Amino acid sequence: MSDAKSDAKAAGSVDVFGFAARFAPLIFLLLLMAVFAVVEPRFLTPVNLFNIARQVSVTGLLAIGMTFVILTAGIDLSIGSMLAFAGLVAAAIAKGGLSDRFTVGDDAIGYGWPLAALGAIAVGVVCGYLQGFAITRLKVPPFVVTLGGMSVFRGAALLFAAGGPISGFDEGYAWWGQGKIGPVPVPVIIFLICAIAAHVMLTYSRFGRRVYAVGGNPEAARLSGLNVNAIICTVYVIMGFFAGLCAFVLSARLNSAEAVAGTGYELTVIASVVIGGTSLFGGVGTIFGTVIGSLLIGVLLNGLVILNVSSYIQQIIIGVIIVLAVAFDTYAKSRRRTA
Amino acid sequence: MSPDQTEPPLLRLTGISKSFPGVKALEGVDFEVAAGEVHALLGENGAGKSTLLKILAGAQSADRGAIAIAGEAVTLASPQQAQAQGIVTIYQEFTLAPNMTIADNVFIGREPGSRLFVNNRALHAATEVLTREIGLDRSPRTLVRELSVAEQQMVEIARALSMQSRLIVMDEPTSALSQAEVEKLFKLVLELKAKGISTIFVTHRLEEVFRICDRFTVLRDGRNAGTGIVAETNVEGIIRLMVGRELKALAARRVTAVPGPMALAVEHLVRRRTPVAPHAIELRDVSLQVRSGEILGIAGLIGAGRTETARAIFGADPFDSGRVLIGGVPVDIRSPRAAIAHGIGLVPEDRKQQALFLALAIKSNLSMAAHDRISRWGAFIDGRKELDLVEEYQKRLNIRMAGPEQKVGNLSGGNQQKVVLARWLALGPKVLIVDEPTRGIDVGAKVEVHNLLFEMANAGIAVIAISSELPEILAISDRIVTMREGRVTGEVMRDKADQETLMTMMTAPIDRAA
Repeated sequence: MSDAKSDAKAAGSVDVFGFAARFAPLIFLLLLMAVFAVVEPRFLTPVNLFNIARQVSVTGLLAIGMTFVILTAGIDLSIGSMLAFAGLVAAAIAKGGLSDRFTVGDDAIGYGWPLAALGAIAVGVVCGYLQGFAITRLKVPPFVVTLGGMSVFRGAALLFAAGGPISGFDEGYAWWGQGKIGPVPVPVIIFLICAIAAHVMLTYSRFGRRVYAVGGNPEAARLSGLNVNAIICTVYVIMGFFAGLCAFVLSARLNSAEAVAGTGYELTVIASVVIGGTSLFGGVGTIFGTVIGSLLIGVLLNGLVILNVSSYIQQIIIGVIIVLAVAFDTYAKSRRRTA
Repeated sequence: MSPDQTEPPLLRLTGISKSFPGVKALEGVDFEVAAGEVHALLGENGAGKSTLLKILAGAQSADRGAIAIAGEAVTLASPQQAQAQGIVTIYQEFTLAPNMTIADNVFIGREPGSRLFVNNRALHAATEVLTREIGLDRSPRTLVRELSVAEQQMVEIARALSMQSRLIVMDEPTSALSQAEVEKLFKLVLELKAKGISTIFVTHRLEEVFRICDRFTVLRDGRNAGTGIVAETNVEGIIRLMVGRELKALAARRVTAVPGPMALAVEHLVRRRTPVAPHAIELRDVSLQVRSGEILGIAGLIGAGRTETARAIFGADPFDSGRVLIGGVPVDIRSPRAAIAHGIGLVPEDRKQQALFLALAIKSNLSMAAHDRISRWGAFIDGRKELDLVEEYQKRLNIRMAGPEQKVGNLSGGNQQKVVLARWLALGPKVLIVDEPTRGIDVGAKVEVHNLLFEMANAGIAVIAISSELPEILAISDRIVTMREGRVTGEVMRDKADQETLMTMMTAPIDRAA
């Protein structure tokens, strides 16, 4: 068979499996919503739907950052700890120190929410950079570095706030977590803006193109003249940025920051990204998929709560889902190879 | 020694054929080894030696043909079966566990003792008998990673002997040894021979064949090109068999332009093995130059250091000493990025592993190194400019594809290679190194790639072409250097070269005092 013929054929035939794989998360999401709607009428009320959206926004912000990381075939297990640390720093800045940690209202004169938000993001970015440095320069695998980071940042958070929470923010601060624009909660808007920005970055920017390249084939990326280390390091900085932003929003929503915040988030977030079709092997995935994946997990958890399913069982379900999603990805990868 | 006519030979292969998708690796090969014989198995890269070795080792099975040992038909369906028949293969890359002892490695999977426990005393005693027999002066308790390459090889041989093997297959056993170690190995092979154990000796060093082998068999294009008695031939005779007579012209020759100024020079490049990579191919002393508008061919057998030279120039691997000059000026290139900034491009030997992003679109693959050309506001990719770029090179290189969004993994090998070439052309390089530019692509695309290389040279690019196919080297090069064991062993203008002179230069003995 000639080149032209076989190439044209490969492109022309409809890839049913590929199509199904691409839209499977969306179809599954709609199915799940339909099932919950039938079983429990309260599920489809606007109040509940906005509730889901607001919950999803928090882990969704982390999932956006995690998409960048996983696209390079990396992983970040430290995000929960990073979130707690960054949240406490933001809270301390907002309250002007650690002495007034429970004072509410005008007595708590701090440095205001803008500086608090910047502080949280700065903490995330620095933590992310340190991890990126260890991964690219010290050549320690991401799993190990971020497992260490998980412990280090949690310890830093506990140390920073001496174990206790910092709560009670002014209205300006609280608005970022509890406010609304029209009927839409502010965190949802932040999430959507970030998702769109990340989508544009991954799809249309040079950097985004290189993230896919490094994840898809690091050796080819290096031989194509890409600065692989810089790209990988940047990806962890981006993850840190989102962890910091998320820490600010979450503390505003809860009106409190505490050292145990974000425990176990890494699992939910990684599950969201992987269910959304991003391959743990790197190089394949989209922000659109991650948004769907985050919604799927959010809807599932919310539905289970409404149906009074024990939170212990929820944990089991999340764990099973992440393993199944990766099994599916491995299967899809073997198909891609033989195709 | 002449094979005994009255008794069946130790090993007899009849009509062995083996095909892989698109390639006939072996076709009707007959091959015999007598008891107590040292038999050289020779041939160019890709002649079918590796496939034959794998069949003997039980790692692959033949499509057709019969294998008989001492006159009895056998099947070698697995490495275990091959070993049970007394055939043990020692690969170039040893199969030892570095963090286990010599004794553990020799008897791995066959440790003396009960079902649950290993009898360490018996294990060490049995190992000591073997190591003494072959002259390995080390305690059985020594960890393998503390041994030299030559000593590790002896552990492999001890393992072979522990399996009561009758035939030891050695794949390039001398390539990583010093001269003194080679002598020791030869002595051992001759001792084994005296005990009636046969050896199949695969080597690129023809002078070694005349040192210790009784007979030789040459494979060419998957067929047995000839078997003979070593004492009755010479190096030229063997080379003639390896190269064959037919010389097919591959592509129309370009009219050679007068080469321009010196584009790239490499002086005394040296890259040594490290403890981390004890089997890495060394560059011992490589010097070469290429002018603008010239195609320099590098010929050499596998392991000669051609790819390593290319990667060192391109900054993909570090080197220990020597220097690279561009336009007569020394440059410090420590990464592919720096090389690209100096106008050097590399089309690596393994397209799928080293060049392509198989899951990404053709356009992403093609423009990957040329983002500066198609960017908008510095940070973004201008989709319009990118499509124009793809269209330009699709036309110029005649890339047959469904569209720029098609995944590059779905293209044929030839079109994939054109995408890689386009990636570098889009950068406008001064020097382009192509490593095995037509490996695994069909004849039509091959001619197109050759013409493209001519076009590039005519446009003033200095091209360095590495190929294992001598007809290809002869067809595309203006000038050819040959390499062997990390050294440049000769240089010849294309009109003075033919396959036999090149093969002689590629296999020329080198004084390896070091």
